[in-house]
Amino acid sequence: MATRKTSEPFWWLLFAAGGMVAALLVPVHLLVNGLAVPLGWTSISHARMLALAGHPLVKLYLFVLIALPLYHWAHRFRFVLEDLGLHGWRTPIAILCYGGAVAGTVATLWVLWGI
Amino acid sequence: MSDATITLEVTRYRPGHDREPHPQSFEVPFQKDWVVLDALNHIKDRIDGTLSYRWSCRMGVCGSCGMMVNGVPKLTCAAFLRDYRPGPIRVEPLANFPVIRDLVIALDDFMEKLRRVKPWIIRAEEKPVSEGEYRQTPAQLETYKQFSMCINCMLCYAACPVYGLAPAFVGPAAIALAYRYNLDSRDEGYRLREPVMSDAVGVWECTFVGECSVVCPKGVDPAAAIQRSKLAGATDWLLSMVMPWGGRR
Repeated sequence: MATRKTSEPFWWLLFAAGGMVAALLVPVHLLVNGLAVPLGWTSISHARMLALAGHPLVKLYLFVLIALPLYHWAHRFRFVLEDLGLHGWRTPIAILCYGGAVAGTVATLWVLWGI
Repeated sequence: MSDATITLEVTRYRPGHDREPHPQSFEVPFQKDWVVLDALNHIKDRIDGTLSYRWSCRMGVCGSCGMMVNGVPKLTCAAFLRDYRPGPIRVEPLANFPVIRDLVIALDDFMEKLRRVKPWIIRAEEKPVSEGEYRQTPAQLETYKQFSMCINCMLCYAACPVYGLAPAFVGPAAIALAYRYNLDSRDEGYRLREPVMSDAVGVWECTFVGECSVVCPKGVDPAAAIQRSKLAGATDWLLSMVMPWGGRR
């Protein structure tokens, strides 16, 4: 049987990297940015956070934090849809899911660029 | 023993006779030490000799008696009637496979895939017998041992929704066995198995549902074999991108 070239390793690596970020970093930000700051457990002013986000290294960090989990979502969601029986729609589903993640990546770059 | 009974709803299909598979009910004696296979043997011996199914060792070694019991892939020699009281117990042929007759499914697809992954020790060069055996330490054995417990019962294929939707998928048991030989310190066949493993219908078809590992009667973890093979495949892919002139592990 002839082997078919596949782009799966590329998407899988992004999925795997996104999973690591989602598992290790996202909970920290949920705690800090989602609970600690709004509930007043700690006080970081908006101006200070914005200044922090303006640093190139922090921008890079934010890019990784936001963009990679999008690919984790895209890969997983694509597989969920396929497993639910939409197997005949594989190509449009893949385009929609990964396209969404790419659009999110571009949007992230655009927002970070503007800070 | 009491004269209690339990009902089995067994799928019947006789090609050329039945248009499609249909259930038939049989009442069998309930014995607390009976498994579903004992009940099927009772039906064949005492009630209806035309019932067809595969079995051999009745002790979880041969892997022939896999069927769907109440919708779950099971070795019927290890599925006790007492766990399904008061019944009825639905006994159907393994899901995702074509049915030949009654509870007998066609194994050709699995056998072909099994051969395709070359599940045997491959050496670049065989050493002569006079030089002795290929030695292995207990630690080297331990790395692949659990994957070598596979008995080819195909319960994992019946449990895999991906195989149901995309029958070209090489599938859990075949990949687990390929991985078993890839891990074997005596084996040198990784590159020969790679085209099958890294194919679009190889490890990449798996959506990590994980049911294969749940239903395995021998404690093999095919899902782990597939995910680890994905990591190996992705590493190969990355190296071939960075070093197109031959970056291979």
